[in-house]
Amino acid sequence: MSEILRRDPRKEWIARNRLHPKHLEVLAELGRGAASEWMGPQGLVRKNPHAVGFMGPHGIRRIDRSGVQQGQGAGGARASAAVSKPRVEIDEPAFLVTVVPDMGGGRLSGHDRDLLGLARQLADADPDARGAVAVVTFGAAPEDVDEAGADRVIALEAVEGFAPERRLVLLEAVEREFAPRHWLLPDSGLGGGDLGRRMAARLGERPVTGLWQVIEDPEAPLGWQCTARGAAGSKDILRPMPRLVMALAECAEPISETRHAATPLMLEAGLPEVSEPALPGGVDAPWIEDLGQVPVDPAGVALSEAEFILSAGNGVRDWDGFHEAAKVLGATEGASRVAVDDGYMPRDRQVGATGTWVTARVYVAVGISGAIQHLQGIQPCEKVISINMDAGCDMVKRADLAVIGDAAAVLSALVARVQSARGQEGATESSDASATTDKEARNAA
Amino acid sequence: MPPDIQAPKRRASTTPVLDVVALVSVGRHPVTGRGRRADLDARGVELALSLPEAQTRLVHAGRYDADSEQALRGYLGMGFKDLTLLEQPAGSDVSVALGEALEDWGPQLVIAGERAEQGEGSGMLAYLLAERLGWPLVQGLAAIEEVSQGVATVLQALPRGQRRRLKVRLPAIVTVDSAAPAARQSAFGPARRGECQSLTVDACKDEALSSWTMQPARKRPKRLKIVKAASARDRFKAAAAKAEGGGGQVLSDVTPDEGAEAIYKLLKDEGVLR
Ligand SMILES: Cc1cc2nc3c(=O)[nH]c(=O)nc-3n(C[C@H](O)[C@H](O)[C@H](O)COP(=O)(O)OP(=O)(O)OC[C@H]3O[C@@H](n4cnc5c(N)ncnc54)[C@H](O)[C@@H]3O)c2cc1C
Repeated sequence: MSEILRRDPRKEWIARNRLHPKHLEVLAELGRGAASEWMGPQGLVRKNPHAVGFMGPHGIRRIDRSGVQQGQGAGGARASAAVSKPRVEIDEPAFLVTVVPDMGGGRLSGHDRDLLGLARQLADADPDARGAVAVVTFGAAPEDVDEAGADRVIALEAVEGFAPERRLVLLEAVEREFAPRHWLLPDSGLGGGDLGRRMAARLGERPVTGLWQVIEDPEAPLGWQCTARGAAGSKDILRPMPRLVMALAECAEPISETRHAATPLMLEAGLPEVSEPALPGGVDAPWIEDLGQVPVDPAGVALSEAEFILSAGNGVRDWDGFHEAAKVLGATEGASRVAVDDGYMPRDRQVGATGTWVTARVYVAVGISGAIQHLQGIQPCEKVISINMDAGCDMVKRADLAVIGDAAAVLSALVARVQSARGQEGATESSDASATTDKEARNAA
Repeated sequence: MPPDIQAPKRRASTTPVLDVVALVSVGRHPVTGRGRRADLDARGVELALSLPEAQTRLVHAGRYDADSEQALRGYLGMGFKDLTLLEQPAGSDVSVALGEALEDWGPQLVIAGERAEQGEGSGMLAYLLAERLGWPLVQGLAAIEEVSQGVATVLQALPRGQRRRLKVRLPAIVTVDSAAPAARQSAFGPARRGECQSLTVDACKDEALSSWTMQPARKRPKRLKIVKAASARDRFKAAAAKAEGGGGQVLSDVTPDEGAEAIYKLLKDEGVLR
């Protein structure tokens, strides 16, 4: 019953007639008081141009199209656009293209997305026999794989730490079960680069590494010709594309306009066990044992690859306090040019156009005004925090979090906060900490 | 035919000597293009030299000519009397010859660079050797901390200057990252005096490589920022927007403690505080 739309032509007529005495009443009743847009009964969007905008000071209607006034509505429209991306389903794929993303931090990186774009290019080349892109993950797949272009998801067991043998055995099981036509991995130092090479050696395939371009070529065995970097990046190698591909970043455009099914695929044969072959010498130890990350001295990390930078500018007066804060926070120190020119910091710590271009995930600017030469150097930084006296300076505009106040006071408060938090953690862990020190003492004795 | 060279003689003392093979290749100077020590391989030799009680043998498989001789002498100048050369014609697959030789010698530790500076430079050599010998492989080392009782403790270089400590059972193959300590200078005298001991071994031609086209690296096209906007207003905003849009949180009129608390929270959320 309630499915049937009931229309009241009289009320609709009143709603259209602005001069009708009951106009506003009826509008409110129909639930579109001041709304300028609503969904009509036929599913068409209806607009009331008279309800747009607001009355200006001189009694003239003003329409602000900058998006400030309609922020709410625009946001809603964008959200619905994300949902309304055309959905692509490939039910009977002619072949599989498997992608093994790195997923640093559990998210698809830009490199991974480029690779998925390449996979789509390979899968969709022939409209009559389309392939499916399968993403292979160790652990749960991220939620946005469907928008990144995955038709299938093969979620294998989670593998912690550095266990390349285990990962390799799992990938071998995928290979046995699905025999994909292409294997794509990111050619990144420790993730896909390592795994892909191990896999190539195990499967006896000759891979292509450093691939950055593919061209269709019916003559080639797999139908593709590729260009890859070789000889430490100084040569381009043109060759037919093999099955196993390790590709560089920006090898293809990432997917942004479609959504894909991302149907889970299971290994029917179940997950295999790893057995490490015995090695000569008879030492009874695991092949490779991961002892975890080692704390590194942040002062020794090169500025360009530091993850967390505390940077000082002309607004810093208390230099001992600044160095102390960097030590307590475990941050690498940076500086603006003024701080370097004044001799408070060494030249190799200068951030900016004439200094180092940093890629930190978190950049804390203390007493830095944010001159364009400085801002250029911190462009790729993800989160910028600014501590400054001047709420109007450019660094505050760039910052994700700005604290207006005296640098020395805020830094010392921050140091106290971090130390008190550590103190609490230390208190809860002190019992087992003392146990380990006991053990160490016994070992030493 | 396996190379007929004896394994390095063990010393008579009780401390066991660690048998190390450092694989070295001919590099290419990035500017002049002339042959030189390959940077990563030289770092690998430096790592081998830093191990106490290690007896290191330099091994190169490849062609021997004026260019490669100069490069190989560079390694000799780091303090070696000789270098073992498995002579191969140009364009051969050296993994076969090296695999045979290593099987024959049975060293405890093989150190190689992550990838070569000439040829395909795919970085596959160490992986092929590890697969063939059935040994564990650790890639991207920054340091070898200690070797004792058949287990090596090594530091692996992670991105952003981080390090991971691993234990690997010997015999093993390790490759060296550019984060490893830089190689010492090559001294002219030892480089002159050192000898290249040639062994003739079977060569296996790399058919595939010779069928590919090699050309100087082209500059990769720069990715354009494509704006895919549904409406004209979005397109206009994307074209006219300043790179740094506001939208950050600004805390004015707060006490230092409140400010510190907000910063602490963000640092904690980002996981940069250890
Ligand atoms: C060709 C060229 C290249 C350059 N290259 C670089 C470069 O690579 N890197 C670089 O950094 N600069 C570079 N500069 C210099 C740049 O233009 C600026 O002069 C410089 O970055 C300003 O440094 P600053 O922000 O530390 O100092 P200032 O501009 O003096 O800013 C100090 C800030 O600290 C705040 N402050 C003062 N006291 C306190 C307090 N007690 N607590 C909190 N905040 C306080 C002030 O409000 C102000 O915002 C270059 C300039 C030129 C011409």
